[in-house]
Amino acid sequence: MNNVMNNTMLANAVDDFDVTALRMDFPILDKKVGGKPLIYFDNAATTQKPESVIKAMDDYYRSMNANVHRAAHTLSAQATDAFERARRHVAAFINSPFMEEIIWVRGTTEAINLVAATWGRANIQAGDRILLTEMEHHSNIVPWQLLAKEKGAEIIVLSVTDAGELDLTNLDSLLDQRVKLVALTHASNALGTRNPLEQIIEKAHSVGAKVLVDGAQAVAHWDIDVQSLNCDFYAFSGHKMYGPTGIGVLWGRRELLEQMPPYQSGGEMIKRVSFSDTSFNDLPYKFEAGTPNIAGATGMDAAINYLGKIDRQAVSQYEAGLLEYAIRKAADIPGINRVGTAKDSASIFSFTLKGVHPSDVGTILNQQGIAVRDGHHCAQPLMDRLNIPGTIRASFAFYNTFDEIDQFVEGLVKARSLLC
Amino acid sequence: MVAGYINRLDKGDEMRTHPFGTKISTDDIIGTLEFFDDWEDRYKYIIELGKELPEMPSECKTDDKLVAGCQSQVWIEYCYHQGRLQLNADSDAFIVNGLLAIVLAAYHDKTYQYIGDFNIQEYFSRLNLLQHLSPSRSNGLVSMVKRIQDIASAYQATQKVS
Ligand SMILES: Cc1ncc(COP(=O)(O)O)c(C=O)c1O
Repeated sequence: MNNVMNNTMLANAVDDFDVTALRMDFPILDKKVGGKPLIYFDNAATTQKPESVIKAMDDYYRSMNANVHRAAHTLSAQATDAFERARRHVAAFINSPFMEEIIWVRGTTEAINLVAATWGRANIQAGDRILLTEMEHHSNIVPWQLLAKEKGAEIIVLSVTDAGELDLTNLDSLLDQRVKLVALTHASNALGTRNPLEQIIEKAHSVGAKVLVDGAQAVAHWDIDVQSLNCDFYAFSGHKMYGPTGIGVLWGRRELLEQMPPYQSGGEMIKRVSFSDTSFNDLPYKFEAGTPNIAGATGMDAAINYLGKIDRQAVSQYEAGLLEYAIRKAADIPGINRVGTAKDSASIFSFTLKGVHPSDVGTILNQQGIAVRDGHHCAQPLMDRLNIPGTIRASFAFYNTFDEIDQFVEGLVKARSLLC
Repeated sequence: MVAGYINRLDKGDEMRTHPFGTKISTDDIIGTLEFFDDWEDRYKYIIELGKELPEMPSECKTDDKLVAGCQSQVWIEYCYHQGRLQLNADSDAFIVNGLLAIVLAAYHDKTYQYIGDFNIQEYFSRLNLLQHLSPSRSNGLVSMVKRIQDIASAYQATQKVS
């Protein structure tokens, strides 16, 4: 891509996108921090919530609250309807062929733990291998490590290049019949790198391995189609896609979910209980013991509805424009070093400032009302690979503006003058 | 575990020297910080304080001295000298170092009684730095304060036994 084209694309992205109107949907964006307008660049940690999500949850508690799937009364029927409607909308959102393939969980972490505890315990044996990548979030490492320890299986790792991309030249040599599972992220939360999933999934399947995708960083940015990806499990969190905290989704292929033993046990997940035996409920309830996060599901539904109303193509382009602009502006500051230079990336700008600890930069930016994340981003193996203690991460959402990036860059200049 | 350290490190004259808790008191720091009304000046001053902490040689930064934090690491050395806790600390971040200096102004060269009674929350609140003591700041400062309080109370316990 040459510069001229870049500038035109950027200009178009800015012009066509009515960010002022969108910002009005997010009440928190008016907030002041220490007397300064909030600039929220920590969207990879959690996104802000539009009014419609907040209202959906408020409405649920005000007018519909009852337990689901239990009682004959009207409120319970309404709550159950809302809860199952949300599930149907999630299925459509990721193009899942069957509604019962959507399992409600607390978030990505629980989704991965669920697969490790059920599919993993039933299918991973001594001598088997689980392939992870060097850029995984701890929540897509530790559950597999525990499982491997329990079963005498082995964790193997696909490495990352200096640019922060997966080194696919090693993939063929790592994949063989011993690999039973490939668990990898759709996009790196620390660097933004978007992984070429289709290619990896196809190769994994060719040796008989199943593939779990950690979609935590992808759902807010791109359309997800689990059928065209052809993965076996897809995990994501509501709170990273403008929905509430405490709700997330595990999608799994029906035939796999059906074979898997239950996760937690108790009410809701059973068909019939006696002291001699218990038969389990059908999908998806087999994996949903106890009273679920009903309000969370209604909030998630509202978030999906919200995303459905905005042009996601335009959002992607606008977010790419923000990233491009931040990279270009920050390049003028001496000592700034962008970490992770993948060609295909989520709108995450991760960097270090020479001679300064990331936490110092984070503190000084915070004094100026700018919220970024500093540290290892729960990806210590990746930081070890890149040989840095951590980075400063500015992660953008579609409600961020080019003005905010200008202020962020000014903030960095100030941080540099105070700290260097 | 903490009690074991006290015996091993009971040689206060070998402690690295810094001005906090002796030449620079908590009142000095409160007075100076109150004087600034601009956040930039405040942070400049905090960073300057941090520079007065002697750097811990890397071979001394052993795991037993490490107070783990998510964002930055803090190492702490201590011993008792004539019933007073001697402290030194270092971190890999400038601002954290400054905050450590501010903590040492309160705790260094003090008796366990004094340390137990000292209200660190109120002190940080007066400095308008309370946000740095919130549990959400995993910068090692909170763990450091907790560690010092543990050391002091463990010492107090050994004194009561004997
Ligand atoms: C790539 C990735 N995976 C997993 C997680 C964990 O998500 P949650 O904390 O919502 O379970 C995160 C969140 O930080 C993430 O970024």
